[in-house]
Formats: sequence, structure tokens, C-alpha cells
Amino acid sequence: MSPAAGGAAGPTPQVSLTGVHMSYGRRPVLRGLSCCFPAGAISVVLGGSGSGKSTILKLIGGLIKASAGRIDVAGRNVVGLRESELYVVRRGLGMMFQNGALLDSMSVFDNLAFPLREHSRLSESEIRTRVHESLAAVGLDDVDELLPRELSGGMVKRVALARALVGRPSILLVDEPFSGLDPLSTKLIEALLVRINRQFGMTMIVVSHHIPSTMRMADRIVLLLPDSIVEGAPAELRTSDDVRVRHFLTEETDDSDAVLAKASEFEQGERRPDRHRGTGANP
Amino acid sequence: MTESVTRLGRAAGGISEELGRLAAFAARILAVTLRPPLRFGEFWAELFKIGVLSILIICVSGVAVGMVLSLQGYTTLVRFGAENSLGAVVGLSLIRELGPVLTALLVTGRAGSSVTAEIGTMKATEQLDGLRMMAIDPIDYVVRPKAWAMAVAMPLLSGLFIISAIAGGYFVGVQLMGIDGGTYMSSMENSVDFENDVAGSLLKSVVFGIIVALISTYRGHTAEPTSAGVSAATTSTVVLASVTVLVFDYILTALWGV
Repeated sequence: MSPAAGGAAGPTPQVSLTGVHMSYGRRPVLRGLSCCFPAGAISVVLGGSGSGKSTILKLIGGLIKASAGRIDVAGRNVVGLRESELYVVRRGLGMMFQNGALLDSMSVFDNLAFPLREHSRLSESEIRTRVHESLAAVGLDDVDELLPRELSGGMVKRVALARALVGRPSILLVDEPFSGLDPLSTKLIEALLVRINRQFGMTMIVVSHHIPSTMRMADRIVLLLPDSIVEGAPAELRTSDDVRVRHFLTEETDDSDAVLAKASEFEQGERRPDRHRGTGANP
Repeated sequence: MTESVTRLGRAAGGISEELGRLAAFAARILAVTLRPPLRFGEFWAELFKIGVLSILIICVSGVAVGMVLSLQGYTTLVRFGAENSLGAVVGLSLIRELGPVLTALLVTGRAGSSVTAEIGTMKATEQLDGLRMMAIDPIDYVVRPKAWAMAVAMPLLSGLFIISAIAGGYFVGVQLMGIDGGTYMSSMENSVDFENDVAGSLLKSVVFGIIVALISTYRGHTAEPTSAGVSAATTSTVVLASVTVLVFDYILTALWGV
């Protein structure tokens, strides 16, 4: 299974955001955000709740519109594209939604076969082979006939990942892959993402709250802070001079009162209206 | 005074805006309608859910309405010695008015609300976004089959309602009240005109089908992606579609005399 074989759009599978503004109603979420996601790397977007992490994925996929700025996806600026033009870009993208977003009226097999039946001229036997390849890539078999409601949380995530992979995208967007999972399933999904990235050289943009997994799997981290962003490799961020970066990265592993107090300070900062102003600053 | 006018103006602006969005939504359904693949499989599945699964409620309601209509009609007509016209009264009321209108109201409650809830839930659980990310237009795949199935099912169900009601009316009038069966049927046959009454009834049910299809799919598609949002959209479908059907019933009757 090679990436982009299914008709990826554009030459370079790389994503960049430049001066992106985005609001939900009157509530600004992103103010002039600029960051980039290198080709072939696992980039993890970190940040507090409501900081706009999932919004970034939806903007990249064109599911929501930025009010200003530029978003380059595989060489095309998706801001301002019509829905029909976005469909061309999306054929090169795969997205794993936080809750799977599997079509609940279809079996697992049909969920995976559906995009292939819609967009390719593969025969049913080729589709069957491709679906089983994708399911095998996420460590699932004998689930063809199951409906999404019959799957466990971890299995839903894996089927959603398999569906995102089945079209062989060049860029994979992954929203909160570890939320609601037990430690074992978390490590399984983490290992799957790393293996798929290494095997197919796929550009991955992962939104997560899970610091330990992030530190292990990420090639690059984009940390959304209340008033700026910080980008860099995990090792760089771990030794950052910025105390907020260190606090954020230690939050998950330390539950002392001091950290809880710092978390509360961070949350208050999050509520300030002028967050994510300006471009990213490297640590 | 100025404030009231301003408020009225804002409300009118809001309604115009919403009507504009609804028209754009209808245009999108029409635009994808003839675009291949035609999705007959999805259409038949929806026709089954909207049409076939409504048959029982339509038949039971039809029989009940026909029985009541016949009973009320007989009690009134007998005062004037005109009980032999019962078939005409029952037939004309059902074909011209009650059949299409009551069917539209029943289908709105049973199937329209479920269409809205289904699309709204798909939106709340990101299934519509999932389709968009797979480069599949939700209007094409989800909305189109439901809208057309609703529009096609409505006249068929209306016909079924009318037949059931005529049968219910026959039972009360002939079996219970003792009117002659031949008189009941011939009075109906002589008074019902195909061009004016039956074709008019068909026109009404087609218009009502389009109204309910459009409102129920639009409300689902624009529902807030929360459980409260889906619930509000479902309620709104029932209220708005019912009122619109009644308003259009008057308009059609007044303009074309159907």
C-alpha cells in the first residue's frame, strides 16, 4: 500500500497555515495563526481545551472556512475554494475523527469499501482486497459484518483509521486518537500511527491531549499557548526556556498540587481573548 | 413605534434570509438529482422506510376518519332527508381535502420528523463531515434519496388514505346505518369528477410531498450538532411543515379551486 496511489492532489504533501483567523460566532479561536507541518513527518498539535486544535484539522480539510489567512494543502490554498473544488483536494486527505464518524447504517466492510466504490473503478474483488489490507494494517480481522455500534471504543478508532487509510491518502489528519481509550489501546493506536507513518512516509497531523504518547511518537510538536504558539521537536520543547511549555508538558505526568495550581493559571490564560496572536515562535 | 417597526423589519429580514437558504438548498438537491450515480438503491431503501412503514398508520387513520365522517355526515344529512348523498359527501371531502391534508400531517409526524432526526444525528456525530472528507456530497448521498422518496411516497399514501377512508365510510353508512351499498357508491361516482377532484387531489399531495421533503431534510441539515439541536430541529419540522401544508392547502384551493 503506497501513499498517494489513489489520486492524491498536488505535488508536495505538506501543509502550512499563514496568518489564519477563525471565529465561532463572536468568539475568536485563532488569531493570525501561522505554522507548518512537514512532509512525511508526524506532527502533533497540543493545547488546552478550546484552544482550536480540532479547528485546525477542520480548516485543513475545508470543513470550516477561515475568516482570513492562507492554508496550503499539498500545494493548493484551500481558503476560498468552492465545495466542489475542495472535493478534489480531499481525495488526497484522510481524516480520522475523534468519535470515528463511521456511517452507522453500514457494516465495517461497507464503511471502508464506500469511498472506493464512489471514487475508484476497482472491481468488487479488488475492493475486498484493499479493505482487508487496510483492516490488517490496523490489526483487525473478522469484523467485516459488524456494525459500528457493535464495536468497542478502541475498535471504532481502528476502523476509523483504516477507513482514513483505505483511499491511500498522502496526508492523514487524526483528531484525538487516544481519547477515551485504556492505556493498552492507547499504546496500540500510537504504535499503529508510527508504523503507518514509517511504512508509507505519510504526512500525519495529529491532535492530542496525551502528552506521553505525543513525546514518544511526534517528529514535531505544535503547542498552542494562550497568546502564541511554540513549534519544535519533542526534545527541544522538553528543554524549552519557556516555563509555560514545560508546565504543559509535565501536567500529564505530575498531579501534585503545584501542578494543579499551574494548570488553573494556564486555564485562566486560555480564557484571555487575545490568544494565538501573531506567528509561531520557536523555543 | 420606531422600535416596533425595526423589530418587524428584522423579523422580515430573518424570514427572507431563511427562505433564501431554503431555496438554495432546494436548488442544490435539484442540481444533484440528475448527476450520476442516480442512487436507486438508496432511493428504494428510503421509499421503504418513508412509504411502506407508513402504510399501517395511514390505513388505520384512513378507516377511522372515514367512519367518523360517514357517521357525522349521516346524522346531518338525515335531518334533510338527504342520506342517500352520503357517498358524495364522504367521497368529495376525502378526495378534495381530507385525504391529501391529513396524509401530509400524518407523514410529517411519522416520517418527516424521523428524516430530520436522522440527518441531524448524522451531523451531530460528524458522519456528514466524514462524508465530505471522503469527497462525497451529503446532499447527494443522504438528502437526495430521502427528499425524492418523500415526494414520491406522499401521493401514493394519500391515495391509500382515501381508499381506506372510503371503505371505513362505506362500513358505517351501509352496514351500520342501513344505506343501500349501490346508492352509496353511485352517489360518490356521480359527484366525483376526475379532472377537478382526483387530479386536484393528486396535485395537492405532490405539492405537500415536496413541502414536507424540503422542510424535513433542510431542518436536519441545518440542525445544531447537539442533542438539543436535533430535538429542536425535529420539533420545528413537525410544526413548520404542518402549518405550511395547511397554508398551501388554502392557497391551492383558492387559486385553482382544487
